[in-house]
Amino acid sequence: MLNDVAFGQYYPAKSFVHNMDPRAKIVLVIAFIVAIFLAKNFLGLAAVILFLILVVILARVPFGRVLRSVKMVLFLIIFTAILNLFFYSSNSELHILWQWKFITISWEAIINMLFLALRLFLLVMGTTILTLTTTPVSLTDGIESLLTPLKWIRFPVHELALIMSIALRFIPILTDETNRIIAAQKARGADFETGGLIKRAKAMIPVLVPLLVSAFRRAEDLGDAMDARCYSGAKGRTKYKKLTFTWRDLLGLLLLAGLITGVVFLNIYFGGKFDVIGWFVA
Amino acid sequence: MRIVAEGLTYTYNPKSPFASKALDGVDLTIEEGEFFGIIGHTGSGKSTFVQHLNALIRLTGGSLHVGEYDLADKKCKFLELRSKVGMVFQYPEYQLFAETVEKDVAFGLKNFRKGMSEEETAAAVKEALETVGLDYAKVRNKSPFELSGGQKRRVAIAGVIVTKPEVLILDEPAAGLDPLGKRELMELLHSIHGGWCKTVVIVSHDMDEIAENCTHAAVFSDGKVVMCGKPSEIFARADELLALGLDIPVTAKCAQVLKARGYAVDTDFTCDDFAQKVLALWEKEGGSNA
Amino acid sequence: MEAVKFENVKFSYREDGKDPALNGVTLCIEEGQFVAVLGMNGSGKSTLAKLINALLIPFSGKVEVFGMDTSDEKKTFEIRKNAGMVFQNPDNQTVASIVEDDVAFGPENIGVPREEIGKRIDFALDAVGMQEFRKSTPARLSGGQKQRIAIAGVLAILPKIMILDESTAMLDPRGRREVMDVVRRLNREKGMTVILITHFMDEALQADRAIVMHRGEVVMDGAPEEIFARSDELETYNLTLPRAAYVCKKLQEAGMPVRNAFTAEELAEGICESLRKA
Repeated sequence: MLNDVAFGQYYPAKSFVHNMDPRAKIVLVIAFIVAIFLAKNFLGLAAVILFLILVVILARVPFGRVLRSVKMVLFLIIFTAILNLFFYSSNSELHILWQWKFITISWEAIINMLFLALRLFLLVMGTTILTLTTTPVSLTDGIESLLTPLKWIRFPVHELALIMSIALRFIPILTDETNRIIAAQKARGADFETGGLIKRAKAMIPVLVPLLVSAFRRAEDLGDAMDARCYSGAKGRTKYKKLTFTWRDLLGLLLLAGLITGVVFLNIYFGGKFDVIGWFVA
Repeated sequence: MRIVAEGLTYTYNPKSPFASKALDGVDLTIEEGEFFGIIGHTGSGKSTFVQHLNALIRLTGGSLHVGEYDLADKKCKFLELRSKVGMVFQYPEYQLFAETVEKDVAFGLKNFRKGMSEEETAAAVKEALETVGLDYAKVRNKSPFELSGGQKRRVAIAGVIVTKPEVLILDEPAAGLDPLGKRELMELLHSIHGGWCKTVVIVSHDMDEIAENCTHAAVFSDGKVVMCGKPSEIFARADELLALGLDIPVTAKCAQVLKARGYAVDTDFTCDDFAQKVLALWEKEGGSNA
Repeated sequence: MEAVKFENVKFSYREDGKDPALNGVTLCIEEGQFVAVLGMNGSGKSTLAKLINALLIPFSGKVEVFGMDTSDEKKTFEIRKNAGMVFQNPDNQTVASIVEDDVAFGPENIGVPREEIGKRIDFALDAVGMQEFRKSTPARLSGGQKQRIAIAGVLAILPKIMILDESTAMLDPRGRREVMDVVRRLNREKGMTVILITHFMDEALQADRAIVMHRGEVVMDGAPEEIFARSDELETYNLTLPRAAYVCKKLQEAGMPVRNAFTAEELAEGICESLRKA
């Protein structure tokens, strides 16, 4: 049965990637980011892109849906890339394309910009696939499990996970509540749409105060309900949900190990990213 | 103000996988002066409908006129409309926010009647608080959060009626109150109905409450109005209501059994009237208390 | 056996003990009983409930649950395992975003082994008829369904007493019916002791015993039919009769010989009988 926790970005589907252990997916994303930053030339990034395409196909998420999630950060990527274009200096006079006072644009800057933009883009794509194929709940479980070793240094892993889980549980409730309070105050003539920044901030007080009061009331209720269900911290507690590492996860990790090896191989045999300049300039 | 809805349609989250049709061609007229009950399951569209009446939800399909206001018209004066169509949400005490009861009740006035003098404001607040049965002098400087649950609800209602809306809409006004609180609340609504408040619209799950209090009612189901009329007409169709999975008043349940046994009781389904009609029937059958 | 015993219990939410919420309550509830607690807001009903599972500790007097004193901190855990509690707001009692995880919360807290937790989830969800929603998220459920999940969450601890603190107050009639059906079944079929705090008089009719609270004291105690027969006394505590009982009383007062009725069905029967004889 499909899990109908469709909160956040989660794209419900049945797929190889959806069925993977969240721990494996988190580790994979971290390793994927490492691969992106290991790549020193465009061939390496091409290998990463191929890997990504394979994952998206395996995840059965439409490409359009993945790209839509990236759209929101696209501006940030372009902005960072353009900044880089102007502030990257070349060592070689030959490679300068355009110069005005202290601003220069060189072949290196263009290559660097493209490379950086591509890296950021891939990074966002990678993490997006994680959130598209993993519910916030199982992400929390994965993080808790991965952090378990930290219990030895008295890091409150269980408490942290519980807080995250409760936060996830209450986000939809508080969202509904906010909308209801806004509607109620609008009915009393409140105006949230016009005026300057300060006026609008002030207009939010009749929404924020009741919301805060309600959040505290809910917290108190929840505390009672948890007490009544014998909650007393991590001590002596068992855990129902068991994460299981399967052949899928092993395969995923092997594929990624292959990718990293490939990237390193391409780094060694095909030089740095600027080598392509030689194609354009003598 | 007469309320006329024709072909009212509304969809939440349109063009998304979570799209859900809340209203599907609602035709409904609420005449000025009625004490109108809206009946239906959670999710039948009744809350969506009432939120259209003061433009909290903007019209997207069909037409809606509230008095002289045409809600399909982009130039409609929505703020003015909201001052004339008051809306009390479910558990209205959860919208209180100000430091004092007086300030909270005055919130609507400050928004709707800009430039009203301090004296006029204070007088209006006093009147509103007294209408809901609170002692102005005692509560005006209290924090709304230190009041009891029932008092909080009264303050919240005062905060809506302080502008003397011609139409007052209440969504489950008695929810969570004890029997006394319920009775007092209904008495309060009857006391303002017919004065400056011409029309009262209540959304309620409690069929007995509708039978006892309303002059007219409508039944919502799946975003449509499936029945409309006087409570006596609606509850006479008990079988249809039960088929919709809705409750019927205790008196209607009883009348249904009696009818099956060949005793027709022509009643408006309020407890007192039902008892009278049963007594009349009994006397007709030859019973006497002699 | 006595499931719950109150001995002259006093409790106040204030440090100095003034404005007592409970003012000397003595009470005894037998195992397997279905008890409804009535009373207006502020009469001390909820305080009474919270004293049973040691969420509150009496100022003076003693509360015992299966012989365990609630003021003994070492027994708190054991008492809460025996006396589960469902609260008013269906949204404020679930900790997890998936139904089965939430039901597992209680058993996890008391250290039940994993395989056993799975069985308990099955049992609890079956008991409330929510097995098919095992993997759903509470946010998508109706109020009645959410409350049934909250009941399942309590059942998974395998308590002997189930306390419902106005758990039907925020529900629509359909939700109320769902919850009441579950509660009645738990009492009849599983022998669960049920303490139901409610404003709805018709719900009290389903209990074996009704207790009326007023200003922190137990003022009426008996079979629901007995309590509702004393309508004048009820009125002094600002409680109303179930509507059918009200109509019945009206008829009787006018001289029509109708036997006492509390539900629509009983009333209809009574009226028919009386009409036939007329």
